[in-house]
Amino acid sequence: MTTRDDSRRLMMAALDGEINPDQRRQLDRLLADNPDLRDEWERMGRVKEVTSSMAYREPPEEIWQEYWVSVYNRCERGVGWLLMTLSTVILLSWSAWQVIAAMFADSAMPLFLKLAVLGVAVGAIILLVSVAREKWFVRRKDPYREVIR
Amino acid sequence: MAVEICESDADLIRRAQDGDRAAFGFLVERYMKRAYYSALGLVGSPEDARDLSQDAFARAYRARQTIDPDRPFFAWLYQIVRRLCFNFNRDRRSRREKLRDASLWLAEEAEARAPAPGPSRVLEKSELCRTVRQAIEELPEREREVLVLKEFEGLRYREIAELVGIPIGTVMSRLYTARKHLAAALSRTVTVRQGEESGR
Repeated sequence: MTTRDDSRRLMMAALDGEINPDQRRQLDRLLADNPDLRDEWERMGRVKEVTSSMAYREPPEEIWQEYWVSVYNRCERGVGWLLMTLSTVILLSWSAWQVIAAMFADSAMPLFLKLAVLGVAVGAIILLVSVAREKWFVRRKDPYREVIR
Repeated sequence: MAVEICESDADLIRRAQDGDRAAFGFLVERYMKRAYYSALGLVGSPEDARDLSQDAFARAYRARQTIDPDRPFFAWLYQIVRRLCFNFNRDRRSRREKLRDASLWLAEEAEARAPAPGPSRVLEKSELCRTVRQAIEELPEREREVLVLKEFEGLRYREIAELVGIPIGTVMSRLYTARKHLAAALSRTVTVRQGEESGR
């Protein structure tokens, strides 16, 4: 018993030259018995004829000459961006620490302002740790991480 | 140089993992065309295909320590290429950009090989090719991917199944659905053409 899926797969295999003699005989029988399938087979044949006459447009040859250089530059710039980002984070954190320490050392500054600054700093740290922990957890446990979203 | 290019992928990967950038360069030169054309089939724009395929190699270089030298390099790279391309298409759709015209990346190659047909036949053939190109642009990306790998890269079902990570039966089903869509587009064009001819 041949299902509709089977007959479709046989047609595809025949069009693409990936059919064996037994399957070919099976397909021929199906085509002889089923006019609808024969119509579909003819339509698919026309599609194959048109797509077989098409090919990728070739890009200019210069693309291949400059290709590796572009990839190399990207690799190099990736390292540059990473270093710059890390260094910026360190510098900003250190500057923020210096500013906060200076504010707390200043006896003329009102207490509520010191508490507000402390609140901002602690809040930012909690947010940062929370987001980092969530990202790390999702990265480890997400069963769909291989699924392209 | 020639000796190094003859090296196996596995040897080049091991050298790249030891910090030899030139070895990675040889891998890039070996697979750049396949990566470019794979991306081209998925995004349909030569500039974007070049950009995305180069980005895929740069990412591969950064992740080179995770490559298993004993497994096919291109199959691993292809996963990065297709992921970048699918994400690119998703962003492009979300920005409501129009898809590119497929005539930018697909050409009729058989013209040079086939015996010269009459002018009306050439016109008809061009019209059919244009119809099919447009229909390919409208295919869902999973079906388009399989169709492009089969028709324009000439891969066998087993190779497509390995690259895309699906069973061979699914490859054939996706091909069937894609071709059915193209067949419907062709039938519409042929019907319109016949209507025009009978009206004359």
